[in-house]
Amino acid sequence: MTSLRPTTSSPPRADVFLVFALRALAVVASGIVLLILVFLLLESAPALEGIGLTRFFSDASWHPLSDRFNMMPMVFASLAITFGAILAAIPLGIGSALFCRYYAPPKLASLYRALLQLLAGIPSVVYGFWALVVLVPVLFPSLLAGIVILSLMILPTVALIADASLAQIPLEYSHGSAALGLGRWSMIRGVLLPSARRGLVTAILLGLARAIGETMAVLMVCGNVVQFPKSLTDPVRTLTANIALEMSYAGDLHRSALFVSGLLLMGLVVLLVAIAEGLSRGKIYA
Amino acid sequence: MPEPSSIQKSAIRKRGQVGERLATLCVWAVALLVSLVFFWILIDLFLGGVRHLSLSFLFEAPRDAGRAGGIAPILVASLEIVAVCMLVALPIGIGTAVWLAEYAGDRNRLGRLVRRSLDVLASVPSIVFGLFGSAFFCLQLGLGFSILAGGLTLACMVLPIFIRTAEEGFRAVPQAYRLGAASLGISRTSTLFRILIPSALPALSAGFVLGVGRALAETAALIFTSGYVSRMPESLLDSGRAMSVHIYDLAMNVPGGNDNAFATALVLLLLLLLINASFAWISQHHLSHGASQS
Amino acid sequence: MKRFLVLTVGLLLLSLGSWIGWKTISRAQNRRLVLTGSSTIAPLAVEIGRRFEALHPGLRVDVQTGGSSRGIADARRGIADIGMASRRLKTSEKELLVHTIARDGICMVLHAGNPVSSLSDSQIVGIYTGKIQNWKEVGGKDAAIFVLNKAEGRGTLEVFLKFFGLENPSIHADAIVGDNEQGIKTIAGNPNAIGYLSIGTAEYDQKHGVPIKLLPSHAVQASTETLAAGTFPISRPLNLVTKGVPSGIAKTFIEFCQAKDVHDLIKAHYFVPATR
Repeated sequence: MTSLRPTTSSPPRADVFLVFALRALAVVASGIVLLILVFLLLESAPALEGIGLTRFFSDASWHPLSDRFNMMPMVFASLAITFGAILAAIPLGIGSALFCRYYAPPKLASLYRALLQLLAGIPSVVYGFWALVVLVPVLFPSLLAGIVILSLMILPTVALIADASLAQIPLEYSHGSAALGLGRWSMIRGVLLPSARRGLVTAILLGLARAIGETMAVLMVCGNVVQFPKSLTDPVRTLTANIALEMSYAGDLHRSALFVSGLLLMGLVVLLVAIAEGLSRGKIYA
Repeated sequence: MPEPSSIQKSAIRKRGQVGERLATLCVWAVALLVSLVFFWILIDLFLGGVRHLSLSFLFEAPRDAGRAGGIAPILVASLEIVAVCMLVALPIGIGTAVWLAEYAGDRNRLGRLVRRSLDVLASVPSIVFGLFGSAFFCLQLGLGFSILAGGLTLACMVLPIFIRTAEEGFRAVPQAYRLGAASLGISRTSTLFRILIPSALPALSAGFVLGVGRALAETAALIFTSGYVSRMPESLLDSGRAMSVHIYDLAMNVPGGNDNAFATALVLLLLLLLINASFAWISQHHLSHGASQS
Repeated sequence: MKRFLVLTVGLLLLSLGSWIGWKTISRAQNRRLVLTGSSTIAPLAVEIGRRFEALHPGLRVDVQTGGSSRGIADARRGIADIGMASRRLKTSEKELLVHTIARDGICMVLHAGNPVSSLSDSQIVGIYTGKIQNWKEVGGKDAAIFVLNKAEGRGTLEVFLKFFGLENPSIHADAIVGDNEQGIKTIAGNPNAIGYLSIGTAEYDQKHGVPIKLLPSHAVQASTETLAAGTFPISRPLNLVTKGVPSGIAKTFIEFCQAKDVHDLIKAHYFVPATR
């Protein structure tokens, strides 16, 4: 916005100071991300040098104390859980959004939306605890348990963003299709969903980003065995859980390797969000 | 009487109607399923927690590794962590938001850079904040496991969310206010403090509430920064256990700790609910009156 | 404008002042002793620390859990005044000074409802390497064995591997746990689970009504008595480690930990006081 741009007269000194101070604050705020990157790189440097990048892919297994550093099972587990969760969350989340927008009576819709908002705010450790008490005795610590609880956790995110993007569709679209005598579902399928496509993809990508970075719930229900799962009932360990589980017990190269996995994680998530942002070409956070 | 040509049409319509019914059924089923599962979770947590919840639970120290006693020091530590977080995030956040909204136009290169990096910051997983906090605040700055280190780590996490909300708030202040102030010869500094900040106050408080909620819910970033010590913190340099970390510890590491984990979870949820409600109240009573929505 | 400047400078000074204030206050009034490391020793260290604080007002003992290797690394890097290690030091760690405060053993632990009452060493190795997958192969009911292993960096894991001559990569686990208590909680919740745990922690929880069962090793009952008598085969020292000769409060604290005054605490945690 150009509202307060300098006009002809030179601004008072306090104003110069103000602009300077504000800009400094903005630089501080945006510098944090750089600082994080720098420290992740600094801390992972010993591992990148001492172990080498390729061994994170080619070692026999992840046993840092036996000098084995293969992270691929954990990368795979992270991706498997994330995609499993998003597969479950897409129909439920978009269905929920459609329910709010087009099917529910207004009162019920706002109640349902309030429920979703409440759920989006529940701490992941609480979801994890509930899953530990209710799901794990039935499903055992497994990939499946992780997928179930994670899909519940990202569902509100997906639903709320999808709902918001449906809300932005111009009213003429639905009026127009109603005038053509289209039924509600044909209208949704033929007109509304396609025109909200971008927003829906954003919703899904942000759900993915949230799922891949999720730590506590996954740590609590997945069993944390480092392996490529052969079935849904096998225990797995994700990248995030690995950091949480081993970080406070790690020294030297092992610790450094955990920072490498942090770097990897950050790269994955930033990539997802960059795609989401590119697609939506707009603001995606609150 | 149907004309011959409309027989086909009505067949199509009939098939369409079946599809419509099916879709309606599916959507309602989804909503019902989702509500049921979540009420299941909420009721579980409520019933599990309410039995062990009492005033003394809030005012006692934990005993026997948290199996008995209450959560007083944990509540205090949580609030201190959140307080540190917001105390740091507020000034930086407001400053950045004002700069972004008022001074950095869409074509400002630095402005775009700042926005981009805040977007990236918003997407960094919380466990990575934990890694960073432990490497930077705990080790590099020598804060060790402390409430201060935890709060600062959370401040980094909360900043982008708060800035977004605040920036929207500043952008929504009517242009006429600024022009009026400028034509009266009021300095920008006074305009900022007398006009912009007061008019954006609802959005600022909404952002504040959002940030507090996020900070209270966080666990992963705190394990390596503020630590596990469950004693009453005496200074900000003491390690303090946040409520979410307490729930985690009771759930995972303490046989027989489930009861108090339920109770702590319920307290945390009630706190968050309170915060959510005040957020809803703020946005209903203030944001709708001319300003903006978050 | 003036008001703004005053406000900013004031705020800055205030925050700076309170920051320095806190720092000096907490440094001057509360001298702190930081212990990090083994989750086996941590609960004991917390209790000893409490008693120590009562004797020395104005002093705080902060205990952070983190595993033996972490305790050793922290002591080495000077992050912790004292590291806690529930295993013997490796040769690469010999530059640190060791102060043994107690002894602990490691035993196999099952759910209390599991009919199996003893396992031979080779059976245990078979179970952990995945050659034995069902309880009926070792005289139990027909159910898959749920094997618990500990995460890397834990002293218990290293003692276990060493005793049974196993390599961690060859172990097939169904779940990996962090702390001892997490292992106990998992076993208490799963009738088919097997894990290995600190005798101290396991005995403590068993006496407090947690449904678990401690298996004998080489026909010796797993208990603090057999441990004290020196007959239980899998035992380990609980060590405090320091970088160089301790001085000041660290020295006082370590001496306090080794004194008779805390034997009751050590026994209350089902460990065996170190004999000197």
